[in-house]
Amino acid sequence: MADSPIAMEHHNPALKHHFADMEQQREASSLGMWLFLATEIMFFGGMFCAYLIYRLWYFPDFGAASNSLDITLGAVNTAVLICSSLTVVMAVRAAQLGKRQQQVIYLALTLVLGLAFLGVKAVEWTSKFKEHHIPGPTFNFEGSIPSHPDQPVDQHHAQIFFSLYFAMTGMHALHMVIGVGIFSYLLYHAWKGTYTPEYYTPLENSGLYWHFVDIVWIYLFPLLYLIDRKK
Amino acid sequence: MSEHVVSAKTYIAVWLTLLVLTGVTAGVAFINLGPFNTIVALVIATFKALLVVLIFMHVKYTSEKMVKVVVVSAVFFLLLLLGLSLADYTTRLL
Repeated sequence: MADSPIAMEHHNPALKHHFADMEQQREASSLGMWLFLATEIMFFGGMFCAYLIYRLWYFPDFGAASNSLDITLGAVNTAVLICSSLTVVMAVRAAQLGKRQQQVIYLALTLVLGLAFLGVKAVEWTSKFKEHHIPGPTFNFEGSIPSHPDQPVDQHHAQIFFSLYFAMTGMHALHMVIGVGIFSYLLYHAWKGTYTPEYYTPLENSGLYWHFVDIVWIYLFPLLYLIDRKK
Repeated sequence: MSEHVVSAKTYIAVWLTLLVLTGVTAGVAFINLGPFNTIVALVIATFKALLVVLIFMHVKYTSEKMVKVVVVSAVFFLLLLLGLSLADYTTRLL
């Protein structure tokens, strides 16, 4: 773009006066988003750290508790989130190419997939509730160590696993709920035609957030569901 | 346009790879590899995360070097947290 910054300020209403041009503005907001994601990495990192230490200490009990989770639902939910990440990048791409209708379709698909993930999560949590696997006074886990069928599981250690399971999947699901809210807002604005090839920063940055939440689940799936499945 | 537009083909290839790797990690978990079960699961997860960060999150294409600095330092501090904590707990003689 050859226009002088002042001429461009009038040219694009989305350009704030403290940026030289649209590219600088976009890069600055992208950097800010990544800084926020860095704090999110450390936030989830604390929980992952607690998880790793307890898993190291109580590996046999963690394996038994992990085997009570539904591996099919976990794998399906992983696939659902990966598909939603694809629809997000396709929505951003549609904005870059100035295709409003595609943007709307991909954002709507993202919302459907995000809600599907939360629906599956609700089914999983409901069955955990019925099985008394929610940590608390009514907690009860019947089972034996995977490689030693004669050895019963330590109730306290199993309870620590489920505390971590609900804390981690719960915080992840909260991020999903926030993501669904953000993407509803994006869908509304995409419908109105707010995002153009020159200005689609909210779409790009919300996409970064959505992918981050996807990556957290990419680690949660093997760490929570696949501890000791071997036969 | 100043921003790099990635081809739909690339996105779909990454998506398919991520789906296949999800199946692989679930399948491998049932095979007895001893202590390597955990290592294989973490290697696959990290490879998937790398694909998402580099392609879907456009870190591979960004011209802003500060973004790369932030990503690398975030991972560095996460590994510092996990690495030093585990170095402590795995070497205690209790």
